[in-house]
Amino acid sequence: MEGMYAFSVGLLTACGVFLTLRGRSFSVVVGLTLLSYAVNLFLFASGRLKLNAAAVLGESEHYGDPLPQALVLTAIVIGFAMTAFAVILAMRARADLGNDHVDGQIPQPKKPLFQKTGGAK
Amino acid sequence: MQHLSILPILIPLIFGAALLLPPLSKHIQRQRIAAVIGLFLLLVSACFLLFQVQTQGVHLYALGEWQPPFGIVLVADPVSVLLVALTSFLAFSVMLYAMNGQDKNGAYFHPLFMFQVMGINGAFLTGDIFNLFVFFEVLLIASYALLIHGGGKQRTQATVHYVILNLVGSSLFLFGLGIIYGTLGTLNMADLAVKVGQLQAENATLAKTGALLLLVVFGLKAAMLPLHFWLPKTYSSASAPVAALFAIMTKVGIYSIFRVYTVIFGEHAGELANIATPWLWPLSLLTIAIGAIGILASPNLKILTANLVIVSSGSLLACAAISSEVATSAALYYLVHSTLVSAGLFLLADIMARQRGKAEDRFVRSRPFVQPKTLGILFAVGALSIIGMPPFSGFIGKVMILQATQSFAASLWLWPLILLGSLAALITLSRAGTTLFWRHNGNLSTESEAAKPLELTAVVLLLLASPILVIFAGDVTAYTQNAAHYLHDFQLSAYNLLPGVTP
Repeated sequence: MEGMYAFSVGLLTACGVFLTLRGRSFSVVVGLTLLSYAVNLFLFASGRLKLNAAAVLGESEHYGDPLPQALVLTAIVIGFAMTAFAVILAMRARADLGNDHVDGQIPQPKKPLFQKTGGAK
Repeated sequence: MQHLSILPILIPLIFGAALLLPPLSKHIQRQRIAAVIGLFLLLVSACFLLFQVQTQGVHLYALGEWQPPFGIVLVADPVSVLLVALTSFLAFSVMLYAMNGQDKNGAYFHPLFMFQVMGINGAFLTGDIFNLFVFFEVLLIASYALLIHGGGKQRTQATVHYVILNLVGSSLFLFGLGIIYGTLGTLNMADLAVKVGQLQAENATLAKTGALLLLVVFGLKAAMLPLHFWLPKTYSSASAPVAALFAIMTKVGIYSIFRVYTVIFGEHAGELANIATPWLWPLSLLTIAIGAIGILASPNLKILTANLVIVSSGSLLACAAISSEVATSAALYYLVHSTLVSAGLFLLADIMARQRGKAEDRFVRSRPFVQPKTLGILFAVGALSIIGMPPFSGFIGKVMILQATQSFAASLWLWPLILLGSLAALITLSRAGTTLFWRHNGNLSTESEAAKPLELTAVVLLLLASPILVIFAGDVTAYTQNAAHYLHDFQLSAYNLLPGVTP
């Protein structure tokens, strides 16, 4: 279970980082969302993974840690609000700047120094 | 006054919420009056708290009576209270400036301003590291909205970068916190400091990873070298009051570095003792260097001031790396000085830009100022102070930092960089001053209007702090030494905050 869980968190983080590093605001927003999913899962695991362990007193033999659940809840709420803000900001940037590149302009490929004209002027 | 230490969070929260509701929300005049009253109350309560902490000692406020280390606590200690008072004073002065029309460029300026102040005060006061994250988010989301306030192409683009960077930073913050909670099993800062000394060897590497991830996040906020690229653009494209308020934002990162790497991962941390120092020391020196290069290359006054903020961040980080009582005391003095003076310079740059028409605050020949004498004197005071020339507070702050270096090798690295950084500031600011004030094409334009008295009052209030910090330098340094002693004394800053735990 732990291996599977760790692999999922790692994969989500890797995808999140990859998408965040891309140039268009849509993939960046998706990347940020994936990162926040990975963080939520990771925080949840910080209380250790246990089976049949309730976080409520008197409900089971041994207990799960209740604190990470509270932390995850806080992180989800904050992450949700931030994602909403990032989406609106990306749309605003698209409207204000005329394109959806995070730098506000599409980078032009550099012109080669000596352009071959094939003899024509 | 048992609840005094939560007032710096509650007052902006209540006023911010009230400003969103009907009797105030539709009328800009009422909003302005309410905001100034709120910030004045905040300033009074912060000063009162400062006075009380000084006379009666550290105040531990357990929210909902949940005792530490289980509940969330607010800790009003000499360091946090000093910064809360600084924030309140800064916010009050900046609001006096913003009232003159800059708050009309978009909706909800005043509530956002209040929430921003609430987040900053909360980040300073909290004694729980997850709560620190929450207050970071509060101040960040308010700052996102404030940064784009007023709109415009440049501002939107700067906001996109700022928001994306900080969202990634928040994710890293949570990763770090998850690792630290997973290995140490607590989130209360004092309890973390005690527990980290008893950490088993197999968890040490993991905890170190978490601690260094936090350093990345705080470094991003504090504009530490590889993470500082967002700062000049963000600060120079924000509207003047927002940029001035943001002068305290890098200091939130610096404060967190001092708190986390002095108290938690300081000398008592066993295997993790002083883990940040090998990173902080070279990076802080490089930050000063890159800031100095940025200063020399600045094309206008706002970018110049933003680069001056980077240099002051670098100097403060160097103090954190030295990690001694003397260095911390110097850092606290320098922090107060650099926050207020750079905020004053941001406001002044805006006044100047509005009187010069299309040339704005760029260092080019343009029409003369409407009030050359007033602006000239203010500029001279601000510039001399931030360079670190003798009659002003920058001089004392820089001398204290220079004196704090302990070894010859440390002096050999830090002294030239700080002094050359000051030289770069001196060169650029004198060039800026001569161009802005003396090289103009003679005729005064009828379009440019004089700065309003209240705007000048705000700038004077901020810049007046510099001579006042010099006149009362004895009292201020006595206070900062006391605060530094508190931060470095493990008994005071860790065990005393945990009832029932003894070494």
